[in-house]
Amino acid sequence: MSAREDIMNRIKAALHDAPQAPVIPRDYRRSSAMTAAQRLEQLVDRLIDYKANVFVVDAADAPVKLAELLAGTGSIVVPHGLPEEWLSALKHDGGTLVVHVDSPQRRLTTADLDSVEAVVTAAATAVSETGTIMLDGSDDQGRRIISLVPDRHICLLRAEDIVEVLPEAIARLEATRPQTWISGPSATSDIELERVEGVHGPRTLDVIILR
Amino acid sequence: MSNTFLGMPALPVYGHGNLNATEPFPKAAHRELGNDQLRANLGHATHTIRDKRLRVVSELPDWEEMRNAGSAIKNATMANLPVLLEQFEANFTARGGIIHWARDAQEANEIVTALIRETGESEVVKVKSMATQEIGLNEYLEEQGIAAFETDLAELIVQLDHDKPSHILVPAIHKNRSQVREIFLREMPVVDPNLTDDPARLAEAARTHLRKKFLSAKVAVSGANFGLADTGTLTVVESEGNGRMCLTLPETLITVMGIEKLLPSWTDLEVFMQLLPRSSTGERMNPYTSLWTGVTPGDGPQNVHLVMLDNGRTAALADEMGRTALNCIRCSACMNVCPVYERTGGHAYGSTYPGPIGAILSPLMTGIKSEENNSLPYASSLCGACFDACPVKINIPEILVHLRGVDVDSKRSARKIPTQMDVIMKAAEWAFSSGSHLNILEKGLPLGKLVAGRDKVIKKLPGMGAGWTQSRDIPAPPTQSFRQWWDKEHQPESGVDHQSTTPEGAQA
Ligand code: SF4
Repeated sequence: MSAREDIMNRIKAALHDAPQAPVIPRDYRRSSAMTAAQRLEQLVDRLIDYKANVFVVDAADAPVKLAELLAGTGSIVVPHGLPEEWLSALKHDGGTLVVHVDSPQRRLTTADLDSVEAVVTAAATAVSETGTIMLDGSDDQGRRIISLVPDRHICLLRAEDIVEVLPEAIARLEATRPQTWISGPSATSDIELERVEGVHGPRTLDVIILR
Repeated sequence: MSNTFLGMPALPVYGHGNLNATEPFPKAAHRELGNDQLRANLGHATHTIRDKRLRVVSELPDWEEMRNAGSAIKNATMANLPVLLEQFEANFTARGGIIHWARDAQEANEIVTALIRETGESEVVKVKSMATQEIGLNEYLEEQGIAAFETDLAELIVQLDHDKPSHILVPAIHKNRSQVREIFLREMPVVDPNLTDDPARLAEAARTHLRKKFLSAKVAVSGANFGLADTGTLTVVESEGNGRMCLTLPETLITVMGIEKLLPSWTDLEVFMQLLPRSSTGERMNPYTSLWTGVTPGDGPQNVHLVMLDNGRTAALADEMGRTALNCIRCSACMNVCPVYERTGGHAYGSTYPGPIGAILSPLMTGIKSEENNSLPYASSLCGACFDACPVKINIPEILVHLRGVDVDSKRSARKIPTQMDVIMKAAEWAFSSGSHLNILEKGLPLGKLVAGRDKVIKKLPGMGAGWTQSRDIPAPPTQSFRQWWDKEHQPESGVDHQSTTPEGAQA
């Protein structure tokens, strides 16, 4: 008998008393009771608590804000689907900034990614109550590796993609897409429970929220 | 019984690996209690995490509703486990993942080793996983000439120091920063000699130490927090980014997951990803959660395996009273509130799974007769704090009492001659079965005073009672019982027959 059959048989025998599956009581909160402004405020508060840098700007000002954050940076990587206009202000900085575009046709290697200073991505959605930003590998967010290896992650999030509670985000996301949920920069509390931000993931997380 | 049960293995089939205590809990606890640093660090850690947990839990107006949903979802998972496993398998496989089944620790270790060998590699990076600790994978791989590098900071500290984790959430909590510094200086091949004991500097040393490994690793081994049956999705919850590194960079990913880790649906994750981080680290959400479903072309490992592990889980499932122990999501909340764990630490439990949940899960998986695990159900004062803290409402005290019963019964049936305990219990049964029996016994109370002598203490009890007086004295019993006193104080008034008004008196 194969191990699979064996285990399946063991399980069936273990359930000899045929326990009934209970009805799942879903009377926890599954939708937001907040206004958009409250959600935005809550998300900002949570992200700052996690030691992320947060900037709330009008959508039209996103390129300028991004250029400002990247002043002095030598190289960045962006996913091929990142909106062009977000990068428009960078084009005017005299060409000192190298922008690598990661695309299915031209994938950056791990070594390439290790040598760039920052990554700029969009986000799929965000949960204000927990301060969580979700990436789902869409074209404006790119492969998981590009938002992982560079030491700084600049994430642009549209305010209309902010929900309050996790169930709302789950309803928006597609399970089978490769996902990364991010709540602040990487952190550890393993030594004497003292929280240290920045271990293996990007040590700096900048979030630009577009009103 | 229907014919689907033909050819069925005799149940239950118990688990092996790092699930066994090698000495009885009281003995191990006695030794661990002598470790002052462990006790101080643990006390600090459990209290800090406990307070954080309470803060973030009380923030949510619907925490109890969420616990109810979580508990029901897990009960439903166990009730429908065969169907859900098949569903998960179909979905994960349809997207290019490969599933292997392992009856026990040995089989799982062999499968993982063979998969690594196929890649031609002799090194793997690992992300903290209790399942691989349970099966003793690192030790097995080492014997096979494969080096497994733990990448979680605490696991790295423990591994570099050739030690064992003391807490499932903060495995290196028994080490102070200066000790961590010494371990790093001693064990890391390349390390800044001016390394200080500042946690930020130590974390940075770990980053540098592991970075090359991550960037060049071809194979990673992970556990999984949840498997979603209706989509075939796996989840890893973490903080440092080492999980993301392992799950994203290598070409081959091998995940080892217990069969009980399933949730029926993607939607159920909305409950568990609220319950777990708040109960575990006391955070609103952990820094990173990764989700993957089989293979995503061009993104992450292209050679994706999952080893589905039994190793005694079906034995636990067969215990109608004990099976809810499988609902555990390994948050460690029960440990952080446990007055016993807080003092003895995780090492005393012997098994990979310590604390209140370990005290039920380990003997359920190995069988109560296994080595020293039969002392685990007694490692509790039954105060109930674990039950209140558990996000999936596992009634740990009830299962502890149940397992104590199983233990006593298993020992009784193995013997022909009754023990002192059996005799005492039989006597107690007789004494407490009626008031008149107790009356007879209580007449003997003045005898106790005689035994105690002039200093009014009993220093040594005979027989198995000697264990009780080993390190404490017993005050002499009073010369009369409460019942005798009551009767004297409440002599019936004339004309009222007090005795016949009490049911007990009626029998006298
Ligand atoms: S038994 Fe409950 S409280 Fe303890 S680790 Fe498991 S889920 Fe957490």
